[in-house]
Amino acid sequence: MSLKAKITRKEIKHLAWLARIGLSDKEELEMIPELNKIIEYFGKIDKINTEKIVPTYQILEVSNTVREDKPKPFPADKILKNMPNKKSRYIKAPRMT
Amino acid sequence: MMKNDLQIKIGLEVHCQLTSLRTKLFCSCPSNYRNSEPNTNICPICTGLPGSLPSINEQAIKDGIKAALAVKANIADILKFYRKNYFYPDLPKNFQISQYDKAGGVTLASKGVVEIKGRRIHLSRIQIEEDPAKISYEGTISSSPYSLIDYNRAGITLVEIITEPELKTPRQARLFLQKLRSILEHIGVCDGGLEGAIRCDANISIKGGKRVEIKNIGSFKEVERALSFEATRQKTINNRNIVGMETRHWDDVRRVTVSMRVKEEEQDYRYFPEADLVPFRFEKKFINSIKKTMSELPDARRERFVKEIGVSPSNAEVLTSDKALADFFEKCLEYQVNPKRTSNWIVSDVLGFLNREDIEVKQIRVTPKEFAKLIRSVEAGKISEQTGKKLLLKTLTTKDDALQIKETMFRISDPDEVNKIVEKVFNENKKAVEDAVGNKNTINYLMGLIMKATSSRADPKITRKVIDAKLSTLR
Amino acid sequence: METARKIVEMVKSHQCSAEDQVNLALQRIKEVEPEIHAFIKVAEDQAIQSAREIDARITRGEKMGSLCGVPIAVKDVISTANIETTCGSKILKGYIPPFDATVIERLKQEGAIIIGKTNTDEFAMGNSTEFSSFGPTKNPRDKTRVPGGSSGGSAAAVASLEVPLALGTDTGGSIRCPAAFCGIVGLKPTYGRVSRYGLISYANSLEQIGPLARNVDDCAILMKCLAGWDPRDSTSYESPMKKVSTKGFSIKSKIAVPKQFFGEGTEDLVKKEVWRILDRLSEFGCIVEEISLNNLEYALPTYYITAMAEASSNLAKFDGLKYGSNVKTGYREWNTYFTRNRESGFGGEVKRRIIIGTFTLSAGYFGAYYLKAQKIRTMITKEIENVFKKYDLIAGPTMPTTPFLIGEKINDPLQMYMNDVDTVSANLTGHPAISIPINSKVNAPIGIQLLAPFFREEELLKAGKLIEEKV
Repeated sequence: MSLKAKITRKEIKHLAWLARIGLSDKEELEMIPELNKIIEYFGKIDKINTEKIVPTYQILEVSNTVREDKPKPFPADKILKNMPNKKSRYIKAPRMT
Repeated sequence: MMKNDLQIKIGLEVHCQLTSLRTKLFCSCPSNYRNSEPNTNICPICTGLPGSLPSINEQAIKDGIKAALAVKANIADILKFYRKNYFYPDLPKNFQISQYDKAGGVTLASKGVVEIKGRRIHLSRIQIEEDPAKISYEGTISSSPYSLIDYNRAGITLVEIITEPELKTPRQARLFLQKLRSILEHIGVCDGGLEGAIRCDANISIKGGKRVEIKNIGSFKEVERALSFEATRQKTINNRNIVGMETRHWDDVRRVTVSMRVKEEEQDYRYFPEADLVPFRFEKKFINSIKKTMSELPDARRERFVKEIGVSPSNAEVLTSDKALADFFEKCLEYQVNPKRTSNWIVSDVLGFLNREDIEVKQIRVTPKEFAKLIRSVEAGKISEQTGKKLLLKTLTTKDDALQIKETMFRISDPDEVNKIVEKVFNENKKAVEDAVGNKNTINYLMGLIMKATSSRADPKITRKVIDAKLSTLR
Repeated sequence: METARKIVEMVKSHQCSAEDQVNLALQRIKEVEPEIHAFIKVAEDQAIQSAREIDARITRGEKMGSLCGVPIAVKDVISTANIETTCGSKILKGYIPPFDATVIERLKQEGAIIIGKTNTDEFAMGNSTEFSSFGPTKNPRDKTRVPGGSSGGSAAAVASLEVPLALGTDTGGSIRCPAAFCGIVGLKPTYGRVSRYGLISYANSLEQIGPLARNVDDCAILMKCLAGWDPRDSTSYESPMKKVSTKGFSIKSKIAVPKQFFGEGTEDLVKKEVWRILDRLSEFGCIVEEISLNNLEYALPTYYITAMAEASSNLAKFDGLKYGSNVKTGYREWNTYFTRNRESGFGGEVKRRIIIGTFTLSAGYFGAYYLKAQKIRTMITKEIENVFKKYDLIAGPTMPTTPFLIGEKINDPLQMYMNDVDTVSANLTGHPAISIPINSKVNAPIGIQLLAPFFREEELLKAGKLIEEKV
């Protein structure tokens, strides 16, 4: 895997799609130099040798924290209150196609 | 009938809910959602409210390990979760907490094998993950003006079992699923009969071409149908070299696969470790203690049926491929019936009925006790096998009360009674009797008449003797 | 506004009521808020109601907690039941959590009173509180300048005497930075020390909730209340704080000063003031030594790669479907719905970070960026752990500069990120870190930062107490 040379507008469109964030043309164009500058800065890490290093997956050696299989119901209506669009007890969402 | 000159390769990704658990995978919501109103078994965690954190169900880990042991997979040393990032309305957090076998991740277990009719189907990996919510529509998916989301199912524990592409026909795929279901039911971690408890995506390629993934298949029967359709479709268009790697959706109404148009290649799940959960280390002691609690697996049960009970190998295979069926069989044996006959009746008549009606064993109205009684009556000669089977079928199909063996069904074996009946039939069919006197071959016609008159209850041997005797007196 | 310690004393001894304290706070807030804008929401009715309940319990002779009657401000990224929680973002406008974060439950148990939710950079992404969708917060020390961030609202509320205590969160320095810029005390606990249940995640492997206070003693009282294992947070550790004493700092402590904390970009004034304190500590008997931690050079890019990657995933849940605000697009199609909601709901900085985060996790780049960053994290942690084999504390400036002007750095994201250069290491490794205000003749607020080994927050508080009193 290599470091990124330059990020293109097409790639920004693709990333925005993966992240489901709408960007205006203006925003897309502005992002090109902005993101490139930042990603270039990130490229600094290429200099350090990390060959035999194990990545940090977790800071502390906590392990085996589990929960008992015992039901504890939560008042569902409290959650439904925040949902903007409902139909009877369903959440109304846009069409799938 | 699928000939393998098409070089069909089928792989399955089977999602099995661990239905014995009382709560969801990462929260304490009750898991018995099928009887609940929509959006009732929910909490901040399974609806992805901001600030909520997952907390893993201890029993889910144990049941998952049981499943992995049951398919002879290699259990990992450690349980680690990764995030699978993608957007979809059924995904409360727009990422699924799942597992990954690359980038430092490891799945619950790897490899493993499931045997179907002597063939060993190898597994690639087994992982634990959370079930998404359920989307429903008003009408069909394309006609509905909106979607309706129910989070009751969100967060339910799933074990995903992925096979190598070693299945060679759609039929084998179906058998695999049935066997897998049987295995999981035998160890008590999944009730495959519950709606949506076992779901499957299928991958198929022919003649070494690119593979196609089929999603949205509703039942094991549909899996076979969808794969058959797709194999034929690929054969047709492959001649024009068009098949590319893609995802298709099974439409069970029109019985066709439909291209999903969402380009799978564009999907990038960006797997990375789930930092809100800490790894769970599996000690050998822990795994062994789970092994000890495991019940008899289907293969072992099949062996026992053959070696200890005397069932034929093919019947044993069929019986143990469905736990409820095997249980029914063993229950019958408690009432002192002949195992061979019982297994034959179950495999041919009962199973035949279930398949025709597309229902499950637990839905039939005959109890093992009644069934056993029926078979004992046949064995004792009280009723004929034919009568017995007719009665069985009648009870299964109608809403009548339990199996009742009436006196009027009994076999007529008393020679005097047979004599009377033969006389009556002879009197009513003088022409036939004349023919039979002259021509031995038409005796069967007379037999037929007598059987008809007695609803096949007349004992064939005795009846024949009587007929022969009478005819000889007429000659 | 009295110190928290004094308030607890007064309320418990019936010298005043909890309701009095709340009214004082509300009055001060009314005076000062038009200029400072520390709060997004003041929960006036609820606060008075809570105060009355506490007063009733005191009257009944019940045993009361360690924060009895103390008004507290809570950063608006922490879930408070029945009080709107926005994370400084339009996309959560109107969201009312149906549950309290664990830390809020603990505060309530100890008798504290939630006065309101404080301003923050949107989703805690920033170090100046200028990226809030509801307008910036001003630094009480100089209203033309930023209060720091992202817990700028909480720090300003404490510094302007609206409340004695506040909760902040620290992902890359977001408690310590505004503490330094506002001239108060701010502590980032060891990762895992305080429950994150209810904290709306920005970067979940880096962040912690922590106290902001005017002095070290108050900070200690709040810290003790927050610390402890929570079964709802699997990453939390069994490590409650025992009796919190800020006395007894060992004079013979060995303090390491990495020269990388005084990197290029550090203002001369900052260098001078921090070294002045360190020299004073030497005079007291501490052994102060300069060291070099080469890996610290990579801390800042490592932090941002990690934080942005995690943010891109943690913020995916905000799609307008289940809570918060949403654009009325009708029911066209779900992709459009999500995309439009996120387009209008998120500010520019958040969008930027999500897109970069998506990039660093994406196929083809994951190894070179995200995975490599996690390896560098291991190296930095090892390096710092090695330092703690020989030394008791690590010291340096909290911020490389004094508070900058509002609007000064807002158009240059990378410039803005550089402010975090000294604070991010403690988030990458998980070590506890504190910022202590330097009492100086110069008007500009400057903080000295101390790091301690895992779970040794008490050493930080003790050292802070000494600096506060004697230095």
